[in-house]
Amino acid sequence: MKKEKRADHAMQRARFSARNLGSGVLFGLGLVGFIDEAVFHQLLHWHHFYDKATSDIGLVSDGLFHALSWFATIGSSFMLADVHRRHAFWPKRWVGGVLLGGGVFQLYDGIIQHKWMRLHQIRYNVDIRPYDWIWNVIAAIMIIVGIILIVRTQTHVSMTKGSKS
Amino acid sequence: MSKQTMSFVSEMPNYSVDWLLIDWIVGLFIFIMIFIYIAAALLSNRNYRTWPTHRYICWLAGAACIGLSLSGPLARLAHTNFTAHMVGHLLLGMLGPLLIAFSAPMTLLLRTLPVAVSRRITNGLKNQAIRTLMHPATASVLNIGGLWVLYTTGLYMLMHHNPLWHILIHIHIFAAGYFFTVSLIYVDVTPHRYSYRVRAVILIFAMAGHGMLSKHIYAYPPVSVPAEQGRLGSMLMYYGGDAIDLILVFWLCMQWYKSARPLVFATTIHSRD
Repeated sequence: MKKEKRADHAMQRARFSARNLGSGVLFGLGLVGFIDEAVFHQLLHWHHFYDKATSDIGLVSDGLFHALSWFATIGSSFMLADVHRRHAFWPKRWVGGVLLGGGVFQLYDGIIQHKWMRLHQIRYNVDIRPYDWIWNVIAAIMIIVGIILIVRTQTHVSMTKGSKS
Repeated sequence: MSKQTMSFVSEMPNYSVDWLLIDWIVGLFIFIMIFIYIAAALLSNRNYRTWPTHRYICWLAGAACIGLSLSGPLARLAHTNFTAHMVGHLLLGMLGPLLIAFSAPMTLLLRTLPVAVSRRITNGLKNQAIRTLMHPATASVLNIGGLWVLYTTGLYMLMHHNPLWHILIHIHIFAAGYFFTVSLIYVDVTPHRYSYRVRAVILIFAMAGHGMLSKHIYAYPPVSVPAEQGRLGSMLMYYGGDAIDLILVFWLCMQWYKSARPLVFATTIHSRD
C-alpha cells in the first residue's frame, strides 16, 4: 500500500514536472527582484530609483522586469499551491527552477541592465569592480547548480514515464 | 529653487474656482450614488439571493475614494501640488475603480431592472464596439496611454487652466481605470471572456507601462511642476501602483487557481490500482 502510494506520487511528479519547474523559475525571478528592491533599494540605499545615465531602453527593460517579477512572485506561489494539492510537489526540481530563474535574472540585471543599459550601479562612490564580480559570479553559480538539479530530475522523469507501461 | 517656486506660483490656475460649490456638487453626486446602490440592493433582495455585505462595503469605499479625490482638502491641494495630485490619481484611477468593480454594479443593475430591460442591456453589451472597448488590450492602452499623454504633453497644464478639460480628464481617469479593472478581473457580468494567459500577459505590459511612466516623471516632471514634487509624486505613483496591482495580480491568479482545480482528487488516485 505504502509502496503504491509512493509510485503514485512519483507518477504525479512526472506528470507535473513542467509545472514544478515553471513555478520554480518564476519564483526565482520574483525572489531576486524582491531582494533587489527590499535590500538594495530600501534597506541599504545602494541602488537608486533613477540614474541620470539610464538609457531609454534601460527604462523599458526595468519596467518590464519589475512588472514581470511582481507578477511572477504571486503567480508562482499559486502554481506551487497547485502542484501541492495534486500531490506532485518535487522540491529538488522546484529548487532547480528557483536557482535557474533567479540566476538568469541576476545575470541579466548585472550585465545587461547595470553595465550596458546603465540603469544604475550596485553601489555609488566606491570601486565598483569587486561588487560587479561578486554579483555576477553568484548569478553564474546559481545558474550552474540550477541546471544540474534540473538535468538530474529530468532523467528521473524519463525513467518514471518509461516504467509507466 | 526659489526661482522655480516663483515660476510655479505664476503658473497657478488662472480661473477662479468656487470650491464650496464643487464640494456640494460632488457630495450630492456621491450621496445619490450610494442611495441608488443601497435602494437597488434592497429592492432586488425581495426576488433574489440577499446581496452580500462586502459588496456594499466595496461600493461605499469606492464612492469615498471618488469623493475624496474630487472635493475637499485633497482636491484643493492637488490643484497646486503634484504629490497631492498623485494621491488623488491613485484614488480616482486605481483604488476607486477597483473597489467599484468588486461591488459588481452591473450584476446589481441587471437583477434590479425588469427582465425585459435587462435582456436588452445584455444584448447591447454584445455590441462589437463595446466588445473592442472591453478587450483588456484596448482598456490598457486607454488607461496607461491616456496617462502618458496627460503627463508628457501640455495636457497636464491645460487641465489646470481649463475647467472643461479638468472635468473631462477626471472622468476619463476613472472610466479608463474601471474598464481596465473589469477587463482583467471577472467579478461582475462579463460578456466577453479571455484566457488567463492573455490577461496575465496584458496585465504585465500594463504594469510595466505604468512603472516606466512613473520613472519618466521622476526625471521629466510635467511643465510647471517643481522637481521635488515631481520626484515624490513619481515614487508615490510607482509604489502605490505596485500596491494596487498586487490586488489585481492576486485576484487573477486566485481565479486561475480555483478554475484549475483537479477534477479527480488525489485521494481517489491513491485508491486506484
